[in-house]
Amino acid sequence: MTDHTIRAFDSELQGLFRMVAEMGGHAEKQIAESVNALAKRDTALAQRVIAADAEIDNLQREIEEKAVLTIARRQPMAVDLRDIVGALRLANDLERIGDLAKNIAKRVVALNGEFPPPKLIRGVEHMTDLVLEQLKLVLDAYARRDINKAMAVWRGDQEIDAVCTSVFRELLTYMMEDPRNITFCIHLMFCAKNIERMGDHATNIAETVHYIIEGQPIADKRPKGDTTTIAAVPTAVDR
Amino acid sequence: MSVTSIDTPAPAVFRTPMSAEGLAEKVSVRSLDFYYGGHQALKDINVSLYENKVTAFIGPSGCGKSTLLRVLNRMYDLYPNQRATGHVTLDNEDILAGAQDLNLLRAKVGMVFQKPTPFPMSIYENIAFGIRLYEKMPKSELDDRVKRCLERAALWDEVKDKIDANGLSLSGGQQQRLCIARTVAVRPEVILLDEPCSALDPISTAKIEELIDELKEDYTIAIVTHNMQQAARVSDFTAFMYLGELVEFGDTTRIFTSPNDRRTQDYITGRFG
Repeated sequence: MTDHTIRAFDSELQGLFRMVAEMGGHAEKQIAESVNALAKRDTALAQRVIAADAEIDNLQREIEEKAVLTIARRQPMAVDLRDIVGALRLANDLERIGDLAKNIAKRVVALNGEFPPPKLIRGVEHMTDLVLEQLKLVLDAYARRDINKAMAVWRGDQEIDAVCTSVFRELLTYMMEDPRNITFCIHLMFCAKNIERMGDHATNIAETVHYIIEGQPIADKRPKGDTTTIAAVPTAVDR
Repeated sequence: MSVTSIDTPAPAVFRTPMSAEGLAEKVSVRSLDFYYGGHQALKDINVSLYENKVTAFIGPSGCGKSTLLRVLNRMYDLYPNQRATGHVTLDNEDILAGAQDLNLLRAKVGMVFQKPTPFPMSIYENIAFGIRLYEKMPKSELDDRVKRCLERAALWDEVKDKIDANGLSLSGGQQQRLCIARTVAVRPEVILLDEPCSALDPISTAKIEELIDELKEDYTIAIVTHNMQQAARVSDFTAFMYLGELVEFGDTTRIFTSPNDRRTQDYITGRFG
């Protein structure tokens, strides 16, 4: 695409995109470190994650400020307008991802003294790997304005939902077996749910990328695989 | 006395998208070519002005938008060496046909120019002059008509106490509204506005844009403007012209949010040239 006649407009937009990319990088790091802290029960790392969330919040504020200023100054049209609206939406989704990672880190502190079985932790780690892949792919799709990558992310959320559902079922059985398991199971349930929500935010970002490129939202309904809302305690018959 | 804040006109307004289906065509332009001597200024223009809608014409300087407007009321007839070929119909009657009564056409299709052009007469006479050319009526009725035209142009309250003052004594924005009042006085069906706000301050511009919104209930309006935000605000349909061609025409909301043609996008986002 050719540059704007007014070059300051181009540099304002580039500045906005750079901040979104920076925010994306922070979010990825927060996700990885929060789950790492969970797996290793590293409360020091968890505290660092909690503190680092402020950086993501700051970036969101800056992006909003800059976007509003650009709109007021430049009165953007068409793709420029969609780009700026897109940056605002992305900042929102990335900020929520940051909060969800912080929430996981907080639970690491709460889990102090508890010993969840490695199997459960592996389930959560598997989900995290999938989410990190999705996020990396969608941020790449955004940076390169690649519609195919965005649509791949949009369709890929089902897998994360499916793993979340199975983690839920596992946690339910553990809680049924022994009430002493309930505390850590509840915390892990929230962690799993948080990661599943991160996956949804990545899908939101994919929808935004589609909107930026195509000029309209995705026509189809989002494929969903999350049946945790209907997950029930297995009865003696099921077992 | 309160100070009015001058708001910078807001960016593109998102109206409910309209399609051309179910809309009556007031003016139809088909295969229109226009020549200034040997130079072709309009090339195969095909466009429709829909009844009681506002159609904006945008494009860089020299693209032919004012030329197109001047074809719609045969303004070019005043000048030698300018000719149009093709079909332009108003309510299915061919405007370009030789037998056309031009004065009647120009009453039906009114025009407002960039520079306000009130007659060097009183405000009252500015309006009454045109009416008297076509209709005979007692003074009281004429007074009423003049008042209604000035009300229609959102000018009555400002001039009712000085209706006999010279039209040229008004401010730029008021003069322009006087020209609009004068145009609606002769009961047009179509109003052509050629950059009506270019010479005006933001407040006058806002008043005229508000006026356009009211006027379109009764008239079909075509507006040429350099101000893209204005086109996005006031119009229902937008046509982008470039080098004498009509590049893209469509629903205003769509043109300004996701246009089909690359040239349209480059123009409206300021990437031209």
